[in-house]
Amino acid sequence: MFNRDRWKEIMEVLSGNVFRTLATSFGVGWGVFILIILLAAGKGLENGIRADFGDIATNTMFMWSRSTTMPYKGLPKGRQFQFKIEDVQAIRDNVPNLRFISPRNQLGGFGGGNNVVRGLKIGAFNIYGDYPEIIRQEPMTITSGRFINQNDIEDKRKIAVIGDGVQNELYDKGEQVLGTYIKIQGVNFMVVGTYQKKSEGGGEEGQKEIFVPFTAFSQAFNMGNNVGWMAITAQDGSSISDLKEKIVSVVKEKRRVHPDDKRAVGYFDLYEQFNRVESLFGALRWVAYFVGVLVLLSGIIGVSNIMLIVIKERTKEIGIRRALGEAPWSIKKQILMESIFLTIISGMIGIVFGASFIYGVNALLDSVGPVDMFINPSVSLGVVISALIILVFSGLLAGFIPAQSAIKIRPIEALRTE
Amino acid sequence: MIQIKDLHKSYKMGKNSLHVLKGINFNVEEGELVAIMGSSGSGKSTLLNILGMLDSSDTGEYILDNVPIKNLNETKAARYRNKFLGFVFQSFNLINYKSAAENVALPLYYQKVPRKERQEKALKYLEQVGLKEWASHLPSELSGGQKQRVAIARALAAEPKVLLADEPTGALDSKTSYEVMDLIQKINDQGNTILIVTHEPDIADMCKRIVHLKDGVIIEDKKIEQVRAEQYV
Repeated sequence: MFNRDRWKEIMEVLSGNVFRTLATSFGVGWGVFILIILLAAGKGLENGIRADFGDIATNTMFMWSRSTTMPYKGLPKGRQFQFKIEDVQAIRDNVPNLRFISPRNQLGGFGGGNNVVRGLKIGAFNIYGDYPEIIRQEPMTITSGRFINQNDIEDKRKIAVIGDGVQNELYDKGEQVLGTYIKIQGVNFMVVGTYQKKSEGGGEEGQKEIFVPFTAFSQAFNMGNNVGWMAITAQDGSSISDLKEKIVSVVKEKRRVHPDDKRAVGYFDLYEQFNRVESLFGALRWVAYFVGVLVLLSGIIGVSNIMLIVIKERTKEIGIRRALGEAPWSIKKQILMESIFLTIISGMIGIVFGASFIYGVNALLDSVGPVDMFINPSVSLGVVISALIILVFSGLLAGFIPAQSAIKIRPIEALRTE
Repeated sequence: MIQIKDLHKSYKMGKNSLHVLKGINFNVEEGELVAIMGSSGSGKSTLLNILGMLDSSDTGEYILDNVPIKNLNETKAARYRNKFLGFVFQSFNLINYKSAAENVALPLYYQKVPRKERQEKALKYLEQVGLKEWASHLPSELSGGQKQRVAIARALAAEPKVLLADEPTGALDSKTSYEVMDLIQKINDQGNTILIVTHEPDIADMCKRIVHLKDGVIIEDKKIEQVRAEQYV
């Protein structure tokens, strides 16, 4: 393959008709260019949507109670029920491979009225009673002070961690926040920390939340041992989607709900949603490859065509070579190498142009600021390598038919052509 | 060197088949210079093609240097051609984008001779045909006679057992023809076996033996007194 004479000959043949070589390579280069750009665009979209998901632990489900639809053990249907704090332990005991189980209670909510007062300022916020683990499931950055800890839970301390949005509404600019009190539905809580949510999807609403210890929340707002809902995260390596049936059935038994009552316990499987989005990316990538390869195919057919013409032109030369004793496979190899060389060189040019194009788009995106759902379109080294593999393969494909027809010509016929 | 027994060849043309060679028998010894003569259609080119393994016979035996030539696939035929035979064509058949030296070195390349040795040998044979100074020239920069001499050097480069020349002077004027024949005679003097297909009597007279073909059979096979081409040059 690294034979000097062979390469010399390839260069001689390809430089023999420069315009034709350029026109042919344009087809392949264009195909690769399109392929690269499609893949980069898909990646940009993927990056954008991934950023929306933020750092939320995606292997997570949320579970809440509804009313029963079947009578069970003497209890009527249509019964309202609540999860209890002991259900958490029951789940922990019966379902393996769970990382976090966070019982939660909530006040406020969408369209809720004003529920927090500080001095003369009032506001409507979501207030959550939470365990410390929640920060691992719903990541946020503590910008000052601290988050809830285990001592807060045990001592039922009335403390609060507030979001940026809350701070903006209840405090003046530059005012000291930590150590001050806010009144949530008539009960004072001391602010011990502020946070900022990473998830962009949370938007404004995500910054307007107040977190207080679960136990203090229950006591202050008369929740008893009720649990509003739960956020449950599975350990890495096992999927929450596989475990959710088990979790739900444990809770049903504890709450005396008919095992076949499908509507009594509501849940949302984030992992499944995430997987759905993941498979969408997969499909996008597949479409990009499909379209790109099809465009590339037309370029390859161009190369194949030109190689056929080259062989037609060189019929006599091939006859001479064979009369002089060149083996058929050697001729075939020569044709295949010419074809692969042509495809790879033009493909490389396509890759270079595609990469510069993407670079340009990135520079443009940087200068005009973030675009929704589209961040940093790029191609990885893996993509470039797979593009090269596709090119070698297509070069082989493009050269195969011409090479076959080149050795099909019998030397005597080739010599007869004038 | 060459033994041919009862060689038959016919070409199919639609429904008819054209019987070109109808039982050829002849032997060539080492060092002979044989002219194969005949009008067009006599089968002389077909015979040369079969001798050159460019074509195969229908029936009959062909033994070259004690090797029976039959049932060849293309790869094997290519190897035998490279090892046993040198070709000289009427239309020179040089590869036009390669220099004279590269053309001469071509059969050596197929023998996988190392590059440096190839270049040395090519120059040596070009010198033998008197074209050493033209080694780096392309065929398009050479005259007809020079091209044919390059072709002869190329045929010699692989040191073949037999040199086959198909109308080597067909495209040349008579002065150049004699120069080429002079070269061929000198190569023959060194002990090389050469077969020449020609229809020019004066060229045939410069060989040592004339085989006359007509309608696919040998009608005459005689040894003659060689006319040296030197005197015309």
